[in-house]
Amino acid sequence: MTIGIVVFPGSNCDRDVRWALEGCLGQPTRFLWHEERDLAGLDAVVIPGGFSYGDYLRCGAIARFAPVLEAVSAFAERGGPVLGICNGFQVLTEMGLLPGALTRNRSLHFLCEATPLSVAPGQCHWLRHYGAGERISLPIAHGEGRYQAEPDQLKRLEDGGQIVLRYVANPNGSLGDVAGLCNQRGNVLGLMPHPERACDPATGGINGRRLLELATG
Amino acid sequence: MPLFHARVQVSLRPSVLDPAGEATRAAAARLGVTGVQRLRIGKCIELSLDAPDRPAAQAQLELLSDRLLANPVIEDWTLDLTEAD
Repeated sequence: MTIGIVVFPGSNCDRDVRWALEGCLGQPTRFLWHEERDLAGLDAVVIPGGFSYGDYLRCGAIARFAPVLEAVSAFAERGGPVLGICNGFQVLTEMGLLPGALTRNRSLHFLCEATPLSVAPGQCHWLRHYGAGERISLPIAHGEGRYQAEPDQLKRLEDGGQIVLRYVANPNGSLGDVAGLCNQRGNVLGLMPHPERACDPATGGINGRRLLELATG
Repeated sequence: MPLFHARVQVSLRPSVLDPAGEATRAAAARLGVTGVQRLRIGKCIELSLDAPDRPAAQAQLELLSDRLLANPVIEDWTLDLTEAD
């Protein structure tokens, strides 16, 4: 059981994800440099937070063309579990693996705080260990996390049960209070909060553990 | 091969909130320009490219604008294309 962690020039949560998976959960990981194409032997892939290629143009816009993401896209199409955290969520929307886009916070402030969330796991692989309607608190740290989609798209996501994480007290102006989205198949999850920062009891809550545990199936 | 100059103007779709534009509008008022009713911030990308002819240049720029320079989920774009002398 090995979990791949994508590393772009500018990623800065890649080591946090490794600490959460290896240090806290005892799961082996492998870093995937952005030019890597070989995902053989991996059971799941995490696209971590931070930045990617300076996020020139738009967050995730350049990253989308990275060789490693072609491989990740094929992996997701085969049903492989893919998790995008923060910048990783932005990258998943730019890749088209998840609909919509993430835009500048309504307040224009970079938000770095713990925020309450409501969980609606539905068919999402990554949230199977959470109860429907469960409230948890996770850290957020972003300047561009306001979810944006056309009203009919948002309605389809609502109806399909794909809005699996919602802000209880919407901090950034996200439409539909969207904090995390899952694809229809349930194997791809993108979320703005950082579960990897909530796995070690020494640094706060451990609400993220049950999510990252599922990296191994 | 002929050289073409292009300018791609990327703007936020009208339905998308532009908090940076709102903050700039507030600053305009502090400067004493109080009549600004609407201010939206976009991007302008200038580029030159080689292409066999104008339709080919147009097609490549449309692909570029749709797939890279703008994100159609939140942005619209317009293209201004001229052939270099």
